[in-house]
Amino acid sequence: MNRTIGLIAAAAAAAFLVSAQVNVGTIEKDTGKPVIAIPEFRGSGDAQAWMGAFNSTLQSDIAGSGLLKIAPRTSYPTFVPQQPSDFSQPPAVVETPRSRRGDELVQRANGGGRWVTDWSGSPVNANFLAFGYTGTSAGALELRGWLYDLSKGTTNGAQVIGKVYAGTADEAGARQVAHQFAADILGAFGAQSLFGTHIYFVSDRTGHKEIWLMDPDGRNQRQLTRFGSISTQPAVSPDGTRIAFMSYYHTLPGIFVFSVDPPRDLRFYNQRASVNETPSFTPDGKQIIYASSAPNDRCCRIYLSNLDGAGFRPITSSPNFIDVEPKINPKTGSTVVFVSGRSGPQQVYMMNIDGTGIERLTPGEGEASNPSWNPDGQHIAFSWTRGFAAGNWNVFFMDVASREISQLTHSEGRNENPAWSPEGTHIVFASTRTRQSQIFTMLANGTQVQQLTTQGSNLSPVWGK
Amino acid sequence: MFVKRNALVCLAVLLTLFAAGCKKKAPLPPPAPPPQPGVVAPPPTPAPPVVQQFTAEPSNIQRGDSSTLRWQVAGDVTNVVINSGVGTVQSAGSRQVTPANSTTYQLTATGPGGSVTGVTTVTVTSTPPPPPPPPQPTGTGIGTFEGRVNELQDAYFDYDKSDIRSDARDALTRDAAALKTILTDFPNTSIVLEGHCDERGSAEYNLGLGDRRASAAKDFLMQLGVPSDRIRTISYGKERPVCTDSTEECWQKNRRAHFAPGQ
Repeated sequence: MNRTIGLIAAAAAAAFLVSAQVNVGTIEKDTGKPVIAIPEFRGSGDAQAWMGAFNSTLQSDIAGSGLLKIAPRTSYPTFVPQQPSDFSQPPAVVETPRSRRGDELVQRANGGGRWVTDWSGSPVNANFLAFGYTGTSAGALELRGWLYDLSKGTTNGAQVIGKVYAGTADEAGARQVAHQFAADILGAFGAQSLFGTHIYFVSDRTGHKEIWLMDPDGRNQRQLTRFGSISTQPAVSPDGTRIAFMSYYHTLPGIFVFSVDPPRDLRFYNQRASVNETPSFTPDGKQIIYASSAPNDRCCRIYLSNLDGAGFRPITSSPNFIDVEPKINPKTGSTVVFVSGRSGPQQVYMMNIDGTGIERLTPGEGEASNPSWNPDGQHIAFSWTRGFAAGNWNVFFMDVASREISQLTHSEGRNENPAWSPEGTHIVFASTRTRQSQIFTMLANGTQVQQLTTQGSNLSPVWGK
Repeated sequence: MFVKRNALVCLAVLLTLFAAGCKKKAPLPPPAPPPQPGVVAPPPTPAPPVVQQFTAEPSNIQRGDSSTLRWQVAGDVTNVVINSGVGTVQSAGSRQVTPANSTTYQLTATGPGGSVTGVTTVTVTSTPPPPPPPPQPTGTGIGTFEGRVNELQDAYFDYDKSDIRSDARDALTRDAAALKTILTDFPNTSIVLEGHCDERGSAEYNLGLGDRRASAAKDFLMQLGVPSDRIRTISYGKERPVCTDSTEECWQKNRRAHFAPGQ
C-alpha cells in the first residue's frame, strides 16, 4: 500500500519536474552590477613587501561578494592615482599641440589616468574607483584608502570613502586592512562583508573528525574540539557565540553545545537514547531542535529542548521512519524543514513547529537532504541526487513558496551540506570534486566557486557570524 | 846552616805547644751506633678504616623495585668505593639501587691504615609471566570472548532498508544460538551490535538507518531468546566503513549489522 502511494507520488513528482525544468539553471549574470576599478595599491618603503597579499585580499573580497564587477586591469590607464591630490583635470580642449607627436597629445588630453573620466570612460568603463596606498608609521601598517564615485565626472563630491586603516606591520596586517577596506566598500553598496564571519566545519586532518573553524576566505583554520572521537554535524547559534554538534565522545552519538570563544563545553544533557543527532538552534538561540531515537531506540523523531538539553519534548510522533536534520525558519520561527524517510527514500519536508501540517517540499525523485534556510526565510538550499544515481549529490536552491528549484552545482563529485552565509549572499558546501571532500564557497547563484580547504577530508560546513 | 837549626827548633817548639793545646779541648759525642740487625723500628701507625654500616633495605625486592644501600665508614679513610655500578661515594651515605637481578654489593674503604670491605646483598625476585593458556580442548572449548564474538556473522541489508532479509535471518539465527552459549560461558560480558550503512545516503540520515538496522537485528535475536540486557546497539551510519570503493560489492559489505565485544 505504502509502495503504491510512493509510486504515485514519484509519478506526480516526475510530472512536476518536467514543468520545473526551465527554472533549473544559473540564476543571474554579471550584467547590471556596478563596475569598480581596483588598480594595484603600492606601499612606501617596507610596506611594499606585503602589497601582494594586500592586493589579492582586496580583489578577492570584492570579487567574492558577487556584488560588484571588477573592471579588468589590462584596460587601466598607466597613471594610477594614489591620493586625491594626484587628480588633475586636463584642459577641456587642446587646440595647440604641445608636443611633436600627436598620440602624446591625445593622451595628455584625456589625462592618462589623472582624471576621473579616464576611469569612467572607455576602455575601463568603471562606475567606481578604489585607490590609495600604504606605508609604515610608528611600527604599524597604515592604509589610506579612497572610493570615488566616477559618475560625478569630477572629483567634487566623488568621494564615497576616504579613510585611514591601521594594522600590524606584517602580511597579516596587510590582509586585515584590505579586509576592512573591502568591508567598507561593500558596505557602501549596502552589503555586509563576509570578513569577521566564521565557517565551522569537520576535518579529519588530525586523524579524528573534529570541529574546526576558519575565516570565510579559508584562512586561520583552527581546531575547536579535541575529543579524539568522531565529532561532526556542527550548527552555529544565530549570534555566532555557540556551536552545537554531535559526537561519539561518550560512546553513543550525542549532542554537545560549546561556546566558541573560548571553546568550552556548556554541558548539553542528552536524553537516554541510542542516537541524539543533527542539532540546530532556534532563531532566538535559546533552544535546540534535534533528532533522537528516544524513547524506544528507533531513530528518529524531532525533539525540541532547552539549550542545556533539559525540557525535551517530541515534535514528530511516528516511530516508523527516520526524521532528521530539523531547521527552523529563521524569519518566522514557526515552520521547520527536515529530512524524512516517511515516504520512501529521504526527502525534504516542512511542518509547523508543533509538528502539524507536514508536507513534502522536494518532488520525491531520487534522494534529498541537508536543507538550509536562507536568512530571508523564503529559500532553502539542499542536496539532491536528481538526475543521478544514489549518492551523487548536487546543491540545489528552492523558493519554498513556489517550490521553484534551481541547480547550483553540476555533478562535480558529491556536493553536500550547503549552508548560507549570515547575509544569505553565499553558500558554503562540501564537495568531492577534488577527490577527497573539501569545503567550497560560491555565490547564491552557483558562480564564483572557491576552494577553502586542502588538508585531510573536510565536510559539513556551516557559516556563522 | 845555623838558620836551619833554628828553624827545626822552632818547629819542635811549635809542635810541642800545639800538642799541649790539643789536650785541653772537650771530647766530641760518639756517632750513632749502627742499626742492630733483627729489630724493627715502630712505624707512625694510623688505624685502618672501619665499616660501621653497610646495609640494603629492603634486602628482598621485586624486580623493578628499589632498595636503599646505607653505609658508614669510620676512621682515616681516603676512598670509599661500592662496586656493581655505584662507584666512588662519601664515607657515609645512602643510595637507591634498582638491580635487575640479585646483587651482592661490595664496599671497599681505603685509608692510610689500609683497606677494608663490607658486603650486602639485594635479592631480586620477579613475578613469573602468566603461564600460557591451557590448550583449547577440541570441540567443546569455550575459547576467548573476543574470539567467539568475532566469529559471529554479520547480517546484511538492502539499500535504505532495515528489514531482516532471508540471508540475514539465517545468519542471525546461527548467531542467536552462538550468542546464548557465549553469554553463558562469559557471564559478565556484553555484546555491542553495530549498525552500518553504505556511503550513498546522507551522513545524517544514515545514522538513523544504522540505528534501525542494529535495532532490527537485536529484536530478531530477542525473539530467539537472546537476553536483551546483554546486547547494546550503536549506529555508526557511514562513519566506519569496512571498504570505501564505490561499487555495489563494497556497498553491500557496509550495509550490515556487526557484532563486537562490549567492555
